[in-house]
Amino acid sequence: MTVGDLSSLLVWAAMTALTVAFVASTVALARLAEASRRVPAARELAPAGGPALPAEPAPDVRPEGSPKAAGIARSTSLTGGALLLAGIVTRGLAAGRWPTANMYEFALVGTFIAVVVLVVVQRRRFIPFLSVLVLGIGVLALALALTVLFVQADAVQPALQSYWLVLHVGVAIIATGVFTVGFAAAVLQVLQDARESGSSREAAAEETGRPGALHRWRVTGPAWAWLRSAPSARELEAFSFRLNAIGFVLWTFTLIGGAIWAEHAWGRYWGWDPKEVGTFVAWVVYAAYLHARTTRGWSGRRAAYVVFVGYAVVLANFTVVNLFVDGKHSYSGL
Amino acid sequence: MSTYTPEGLDDAYAPDDAVDPADGPPAPPTLPQLGAVGWLRWAWRQLTSMRVALLLLMLLAVAAVPGSVWPQRSQAPERVAQYLVDHPTAGPWLDRAGMFDVYASAWFSAIYLLLFVSLVGCILPRTRAHLRALGARPPRTPRRFDRFPAQAVGTTGQGPEAVVRAAAGALRGRVPWLPRYRVDVQAEPAGADGTWTVSAERGYLRESGNLLFHLALVGLLISIATGQLLHFRGQAIVVEGRGFANAQTDYDTFEAGSAFDPASLVPFTLRLDRFTSEFDPETLQSRDFLAEVTLTEPGEDPSAETIKVNHPLTAGGAKVYLQGNGYAPDVVVRDAAGEVAFSGPVPFLPQDEVYTSQGVIKVPDVSGGQAQIGLVGQLLPTAQQLTDTIWRSIDPQPTDPVLVLAVWQGDLGLDDGVPQNVYELDDTGMEQVTQPDGTPVTLYVRPGETVELPDGLGTLELRELPRFVALDLRRDPALPFVLVFSLLAFAGLAVSLFTPRRRVWVRAAPDAEHPGRTVVRAAALARGDDVGLQAELDEIVGALALDPVGGADPAQPAPIPRATTRAPSEETKP
Repeated sequence: MTVGDLSSLLVWAAMTALTVAFVASTVALARLAEASRRVPAARELAPAGGPALPAEPAPDVRPEGSPKAAGIARSTSLTGGALLLAGIVTRGLAAGRWPTANMYEFALVGTFIAVVVLVVVQRRRFIPFLSVLVLGIGVLALALALTVLFVQADAVQPALQSYWLVLHVGVAIIATGVFTVGFAAAVLQVLQDARESGSSREAAAEETGRPGALHRWRVTGPAWAWLRSAPSARELEAFSFRLNAIGFVLWTFTLIGGAIWAEHAWGRYWGWDPKEVGTFVAWVVYAAYLHARTTRGWSGRRAAYVVFVGYAVVLANFTVVNLFVDGKHSYSGL
Repeated sequence: MSTYTPEGLDDAYAPDDAVDPADGPPAPPTLPQLGAVGWLRWAWRQLTSMRVALLLLMLLAVAAVPGSVWPQRSQAPERVAQYLVDHPTAGPWLDRAGMFDVYASAWFSAIYLLLFVSLVGCILPRTRAHLRALGARPPRTPRRFDRFPAQAVGTTGQGPEAVVRAAAGALRGRVPWLPRYRVDVQAEPAGADGTWTVSAERGYLRESGNLLFHLALVGLLISIATGQLLHFRGQAIVVEGRGFANAQTDYDTFEAGSAFDPASLVPFTLRLDRFTSEFDPETLQSRDFLAEVTLTEPGEDPSAETIKVNHPLTAGGAKVYLQGNGYAPDVVVRDAAGEVAFSGPVPFLPQDEVYTSQGVIKVPDVSGGQAQIGLVGQLLPTAQQLTDTIWRSIDPQPTDPVLVLAVWQGDLGLDDGVPQNVYELDDTGMEQVTQPDGTPVTLYVRPGETVELPDGLGTLELRELPRFVALDLRRDPALPFVLVFSLLAFAGLAVSLFTPRRRVWVRAAPDAEHPGRTVVRAAALARGDDVGLQAELDEIVGALALDPVGGADPAQPAPIPRATTRAPSEETKP
């Protein structure tokens, strides 16, 4: 067995571990939803007139769902991350270079970063929804990497033989991983915000026992009662902002580093190559997000929508531009 | 919207919100008296408002997309031409809308220029305000602390002034010339009961960084525009053993900004001594390209240099990039009279990763009366014969090169004065030479061989197979400025996003119930969300070694809620 095969095996193992973590988080979330549904709704309505939720979770109001499932999710996330790191390192050894040269390696490292960020932010307080979303994206990315994007570990063409392969691509991957968790937090923020600002009609219907049509599936309905145990929309907004701000700074570095590298390799620092356009558009969208959240009428939920757009552009820039558009960044090896 | 409004990066934009259109008509609706100036002022306020800046940012993102959907003239003119041929109806309309020159189009330029005008209109007043704030003292201590997100309380036996001075010392930090906080110690005169306070502020860099970022973007735009005016860029194909002189006539293509002076080209010469390439033996992917050249700058001795991908050579202020390479078969064509009609290397352009290369040998200078000759075909670096007439290349290295040519005769059209592509044969005045049975004549030549041209046209000799390199020469005098402004923007961004801006107040008053003791209360406020706020306040108060407030109020010393969970709105504070 070659080192390259070992690397692939480790990545398969990592994907298995992360899939287990994903399932465990889903179980934790389901248990949480169930437990939350049993808590009387009046409790949620107590602080009427605003989102003034208690700052620290009181243990009876904020059940963790299933501590066992949460524990499994945590430990398998950690295991999956460690296996993935080993897979990445062996991949680099097999290729004899830094492992960020094609889409397969990009997906590997990006997932690893997202898992690391996830493990770090979940250390103090386990939020099952975040794990479900981030691990779902991560497992999907790994599955695609192994089945569709895989190429043999090999040396790279002259244009890629530069230390910028480490800096530019490495930072781009880290930014993508950070954006992934920031995006998940923004999704949760929007759900939470919708629930917090949900109409009192819904609540009243619940009290009188005559819920309207689709009541169950509305975000204010009992199916989403687990949101009660998630952080408040304000906390989630702050959290999502912190991650997206870090991601934005890294993305800015990606852009500048890419321009410097392009100047070395292609003789121009900017040429509106499709990848450059995609990176630029993502940068502008996240810049718009930073401005939106300080503009009256755009903060909160609308700013989170801008995050959705920004993350979609980041993903499209990685997938669509690499696979379907001709450009100077066509390094997928496919 | 929900009731919460997060604060963050750009709250100094806030003054603009005062004229926000959402708040109702900003200008009084006395329009007849408003006049042109009033309208202009209204338009200016709109343009520099945050809402319009946000709109322009989103527009910019959307407007940049078509450039990667449709081919662009600046990168791939041949694909644009192909698109226009393939789409005879939609193509011209897209062209009129500028979809093939998106980044030079009027609408794209309008968006980013408006954005930058908006940015300048917003940043300049903020810069003025910030410069004033830099010289100002920290805000006065508020009367009550109970609404602040971070608080602390304790008692001590020291006098109020001593405690406050100690707090001021802790706030300034250990490094005397780099104080952590700017502090202002005052005795409160109101009750004249010996109460002292200190107010402190840190994080002015947050706004400085933000302004630096935006101003650097303006500098970046100006640098790029200047570079566009002054730059030049040219391509030259140089065959092994031959040279290149840095003069506009020696370039195959040359393009320069409108303020570029051709006389500024430094007349250096460059000779390609050797070109080597390496390929992966299995995947045939390129692994290394190396051009060994001799550079002679004016007034200096020739020096041996190398050019590689990612390692351009600097010569005469310009950078020389290795952008392509291929084979240039060195051929001699003798006409029917036996005279040398053509001699020299002809670059054939590689088409794929095994360097199947295409090219044309044009032989216009035949002896009087004869038809001109055009030889069109392919060079196969490592030829493999599949059938009688089908050959292919299986390796990019020249292990068994074969030149495969079709023969044309007639008028090459070179004397018409119409510019021609040297890599294509214009067959309007030409006729392909065929065998008696009507099949086209194909010549197969290996290096060192000579073959007869059909119809007694003459002979063709392939002498050897030198390599050529495609060099890209470029000079952009604004490059250092582009780099510096980019890095300044990056630094400003990082500083503004990660510097906490905090205000801390400490008040020490004599304890009315326990004479001789002092009650110390402290509060802190941050701009935006700040997880470290309470920790920092605790650290400062910890330096004062306070005792918890006595038995009457045992729950009090516990610091209150976490910093992130409340909505501190700095603007509402005095």
